[in-house]
Amino acid sequence: MTRSGDLLPNRSDRADRATAGGFPLFQFALARVLWLVPTLLAMALVTFLVMHATPGSPLDPVSEGANPLSPEAQKNLAKYYGLDRPLHEQFVIFVSKAVRGDFGNSFVYKTRTVREILVETFPISLLLGSMALALAIVGGLTLGVLASIYQNRMWDYVSVSLATIGVAVPNFVLAVFLIILFSFVLPLFPTGGWDSPRNWVLPTVALALAPMGIIARFTRASMLEVIRADYTLTARAKGLGEIPVIFKHALKNAFIPVVTLLGPMFAAVGTGSFFVESIFRVPGMGRFFVLSMTGRDYPMIMAVVLTYGAFLAVMNLVVDLLYGILDPRIRY
Amino acid sequence: MASLTPASGTELSPRAAIAVALPVDRTQARTSSLWRDGVRRLLRNRLALAGGIVIVLLCLIAIFADFLAPLPYTKTNFGRLNEAPSRAYPLGTDQLGRDLLSRMIYGARVSMLVGLGAQVVIVLIGVPIGALSGYIGGRTDLFLTRFVDVMYAFPRLLFVILVMSMLGAGLTNIFIAIGLTGWVGIARQTRAQVLALKEKEFVDGARALGAGFGRVLGRHVMPNALTPIIVAVTFGIPEAIFTEAALSFIGVGINPPTPSWGQMVGEGQQYIRSYWHLCVFPSIAIAVTMLSFVFFGDGVRDALDPKLK
Repeated sequence: MTRSGDLLPNRSDRADRATAGGFPLFQFALARVLWLVPTLLAMALVTFLVMHATPGSPLDPVSEGANPLSPEAQKNLAKYYGLDRPLHEQFVIFVSKAVRGDFGNSFVYKTRTVREILVETFPISLLLGSMALALAIVGGLTLGVLASIYQNRMWDYVSVSLATIGVAVPNFVLAVFLIILFSFVLPLFPTGGWDSPRNWVLPTVALALAPMGIIARFTRASMLEVIRADYTLTARAKGLGEIPVIFKHALKNAFIPVVTLLGPMFAAVGTGSFFVESIFRVPGMGRFFVLSMTGRDYPMIMAVVLTYGAFLAVMNLVVDLLYGILDPRIRY
Repeated sequence: MASLTPASGTELSPRAAIAVALPVDRTQARTSSLWRDGVRRLLRNRLALAGGIVIVLLCLIAIFADFLAPLPYTKTNFGRLNEAPSRAYPLGTDQLGRDLLSRMIYGARVSMLVGLGAQVVIVLIGVPIGALSGYIGGRTDLFLTRFVDVMYAFPRLLFVILVMSMLGAGLTNIFIAIGLTGWVGIARQTRAQVLALKEKEFVDGARALGAGFGRVLGRHVMPNALTPIIVAVTFGIPEAIFTEAALSFIGVGINPPTPSWGQMVGEGQQYIRSYWHLCVFPSIAIAVTMLSFVFFGDGVRDALDPKLK
């Protein structure tokens, strides 16, 4: 069992590339940061192509059956918005504006720019996402550890079934059940809104259950492996109690593979927020995204896709670097 | 392999005794192949079996929806809107007075169709790309893996939503959208398998016997790479069903009036306070379907590859 290679097989080829120079970690980090650029550009290209492949033009009349604008007016408007230029030039302009956070005006909320809406809604989504993530990590680790300690006993079954439900059932379905249970049957929490911390509870739980299930499953599996490892036996043999064995020796090591999950989890929480926010009427970015979908608000759609994409790409990078810091056995 | 498991051992023992006496019968003993072992292990897993039964039932409901549904899914009754479950309408009626039960039965058809159809598209795109990338190697491999990496960085559901917003709602477009985004994972897996298999001696042997590129890949490498692909497909089905439900939930999936569970939840949750039944029944349907597929998928994985557990 080679140590660094066995944890994550795809790391070894990265290691070959990066250890050529003097500062492996630094070089690896630099390479990863540089990789962000083409990834984001590809995302921008895809979103841009989608925007322009869609039938219809922003110059078409808004209401059905209305008289089209005169050709001169259309020409002037096209020139004003840069729509008369060739596509590749438009793409360069789109990217250079997007880099500065300028995505143009919203089609639906005509008086506001997309940027204003994002500045207003992103912090709310971020708060909801962070709370859900915190709950998912704490809850998932607890469930996973409980399941591994009490393997094949009641706690194991409880946490495994909770985890399976969290993984398998879509969060908008969970949200419906949560509302029925905790707003109607037991009137503890409101059905929606974002005014007070009481409103935050149900959306956070609905959003957290899926990543919580993933973490619980992985923690259980990796704890079961670690508990049987020689160093855990050593810790027990030298007379340590169950609690220090679990928390100081086993969990510390079991946590390492779980860190790799953080990347997909950010994605789960990010895309999950579309549904949870629109069910619980949370005025965040996800809800605006869904509203802009139904309203065909293209600048909004592009901006949200790119924001989420960029955010997730950066978070994945952070997780990758964190992984190397947490586990000194991994060499880049 | 079979002799190691106690149940199959007892089952085979009388025959094994004969096999010792009669060399002709050796073929009998050999038929306990990977697949037969897998099926036996799958049948012994109670959760997976329950999941499998629910899946078969759902498929039957989807196929015979026309006979099972008490009313056509478009039949409106404006005298009885948003009615709670009653004898005439077992699951109640929706905002247009349509029978909820009938709409749910037809919704099963959409879910099953998307779940299976999308996998066909995904396998048709992903497996050849992964296999070629792994087998040819070199620059082709480098290019394809880079492309796959970029696709992988894109949040999946976000991309599907984007593609759907371009193509417009509709069943065919859902196949295209899920297929275009879903092949990445299976391509990665196939590539990894092929990469490992092509170094094996039996592949060298086949090549030494004069087998060409297509024969080596198709007859020798791919059959051995099948297990992880099957596992990926069984997990891909619920993912596709989820994606369709999610798309329809936000209104870019299935076109009304065709019923889809996700769309029914999406429409129903707006009236959850007044008419709980509108979103609760389709929600239960989605939950049960997803859980069945996940249990079944877990069972298939454990049955085909015990090492993965």
